[in-house]
Amino acid sequence: MESRFVSIWFRYLSTDWFSMRNDTLRENPFVIRAPSHGRMVVTAVNAKAEADGLTKGMALADARALLPDLEVMDDDPNRVQSLLNRIALWCIRFTPFVALDPPDGLIFDASGCTYLWGGDEAYLTDIRRRFNDKGFTARLAIADTPGAAWALARFGKEVTVVPKGKHLEAILSLPPEALRLEESIALKLHKLGLHQIHQFIQLPRQSLRRRFGPQMLVRIDQVTGVVKEHLEPVRPVVPYQERLPCIEPVSTYTSITTALQQLLITLCERLRQDQMGIRKVVFKSYRVDGQVPEVTISTSRPTQHVSHLFKLFEPKLGSIDPGLGIELFVLEALQVDDQVPVQEDIWHGADGGLDNTELAELVDRLAGRIGDQAISRFLPEEHYWPERSFRKAASLQEKPITTWRTDKVRPVRILSRPERIEVTAPIPDYPPMLFRYKGKLHKVVYADGPERIEQEWWLQQGQHRDYYTIEDESGCRYWIFRLGHYDDISFQWFLHGFFA
Amino acid sequence: MSQLATIRSHNRAEIRSVLQSDILRLQGFRTNQPAGKHINLGSLLSAFPHNIFPTSAVHEFVSESAENLAATSGFVSGILSTLMNDGGITAWISPGISIFPPALKQFGISPEQVIFIEVRNERDALWTIEEALKCKAITCVVGELNSISFNASRRLQLSVEESHSTGFILKKGLRNVGTTACVSRWKIDPLPGLTDDLPGVGYPAWRVELLRVRNGKPGIWNIGWRNGAFVPIHQESMNTETQIRKAV
Repeated sequence: MESRFVSIWFRYLSTDWFSMRNDTLRENPFVIRAPSHGRMVVTAVNAKAEADGLTKGMALADARALLPDLEVMDDDPNRVQSLLNRIALWCIRFTPFVALDPPDGLIFDASGCTYLWGGDEAYLTDIRRRFNDKGFTARLAIADTPGAAWALARFGKEVTVVPKGKHLEAILSLPPEALRLEESIALKLHKLGLHQIHQFIQLPRQSLRRRFGPQMLVRIDQVTGVVKEHLEPVRPVVPYQERLPCIEPVSTYTSITTALQQLLITLCERLRQDQMGIRKVVFKSYRVDGQVPEVTISTSRPTQHVSHLFKLFEPKLGSIDPGLGIELFVLEALQVDDQVPVQEDIWHGADGGLDNTELAELVDRLAGRIGDQAISRFLPEEHYWPERSFRKAASLQEKPITTWRTDKVRPVRILSRPERIEVTAPIPDYPPMLFRYKGKLHKVVYADGPERIEQEWWLQQGQHRDYYTIEDESGCRYWIFRLGHYDDISFQWFLHGFFA
Repeated sequence: MSQLATIRSHNRAEIRSVLQSDILRLQGFRTNQPAGKHINLGSLLSAFPHNIFPTSAVHEFVSESAENLAATSGFVSGILSTLMNDGGITAWISPGISIFPPALKQFGISPEQVIFIEVRNERDALWTIEEALKCKAITCVVGELNSISFNASRRLQLSVEESHSTGFILKKGLRNVGTTACVSRWKIDPLPGLTDDLPGVGYPAWRVELLRVRNGKPGIWNIGWRNGAFVPIHQESMNTETQIRKAV
């Protein structure tokens, strides 16, 4: 069967995107800017602005000089790319094979598709109408080769249908740029007076190669169809979802566990092939009466381990009320991460450290029962303020980026909130002689200090703390501090921790 | 495999000694120390069979006050540092996190190797301690509890016999001291610091009271912690069994 290719050119892709969100922009000249080499450059213009003489690549200051009340939007380099990608995925309704043609086009392999719409003309008209309805300006062409379709979409009419086998004739009168040549080569051709393709396409290939490089011949061959062009189709993301319909509605606990086990095995097998691991997965049971009880679990690191996942589900399965019966089970991975298979250890020692799979599985089990928040690991932070000198690690594998300070002795146990104590201190900045904590009087025998710790003003304002390490007559060691200066009107003493 | 079957002789003493060593082995006492795991507790080690600190076992520490608990935490941290010196992991299970992680570094522990688990009630705590003890990836488990029943302690002991990890139960309050299946019961009291007659507070020192040890000799030792190691304090080191209260 003969191949047919469609090229779509979104002439105002990024400006159309803005216009769709703000209707007033469509009526006024409007450009998109991006910084380049220390100045602002126009990266896209809408139809109105183009009619007024603005072009892509011109300095924004020049554009403003031409049109003082020009609307300007900031560019986001990823926006066009992701927009094009989404449009391509949407276009899978027209053909199974949609390829991206950056920066602002798409190419379809429409072989055998157009008859469903009643011919090439109707096919293109329908695509164009749908894009126009959405607000995108699209120019389309259909031809036997992607190269010819590309040329005619950009340099032909708004909708160009090239009959089978006629693509060469159709492009002969187009300018050399239509061959997707580099700008410098196209310029050179124009300088030589070769303004249309038919003027040079018949020239001997050796002389074309010598003067314009091998790229030129490749482009000509792609247009004529001598060389088949490689196109990469977009692939829609298939969700990691497994379904298990039941012949008869089931309601027993055993059948639910069996269903879950089956689904886990198939899902994990799929994930294994894609080298992915589950982070979060939901198990839904569709009941006869329309209700959908669901159970969700999450893991601390990606896993494909069926029995581990099942263990995480097990305590929660009891909450599934089967009602009159369940007719469909669905297991869907809500969050997956890359999981590269690791070589198995010959000896499963206790020395796997924090990377140990068993440890991760234990953490998952504990999190399932007592909650994720209850499990923490701490990493050092570069702060003097004791409460800020450590922070919770985000994951089991996170490595400390700084070292733990050991130059100052710190109490092994600390109160989450410092507690008020009554103190007798002789002279300013001397450690106290006596203090009363929870009704008990302690006589201070030995003391170290003061160690002043200031508030970090860029984080929090407040009084400083003067810390003392003190030992009472029974040998108990405490960490106490005075908040504020001794001669302040309101200074207070607190007990903050206990030394070993 | 018991060595008993290999004994042909009818020498009772021999049979008894073999039986004893079998029982000790099953209870977590080892006859030989794994390399690098020697805990330098000095003369205190003589309280244990074979002079070796039992590692595949659950130890129980009782403390009556917050000061006691801090001293106990320090002493336990000192033991932990040797046990996890090759990158082992410790799970610290408590009702609220009151350990100051940077301070653990002074006892030779990398605080990032400690997983703190906060539990709401005693039931969750026991379950979590048991799960953690069963996990072979965890070297040591520290659990802070208010009380522990004999059955619960038996379960913990059975878990460590399988996984060979070491458990430390820090019990708050002396009121609920009952019989447990733990291998030993300790009480750590703070002593005035080791100052070397210099001003200031000095290095931590403790009165380590081994109230009960299975197949061993209880006693009292004074031990300090200096420059990342336990140091015995000799001035009043005594092994007086008469001082031990019968009730506990």
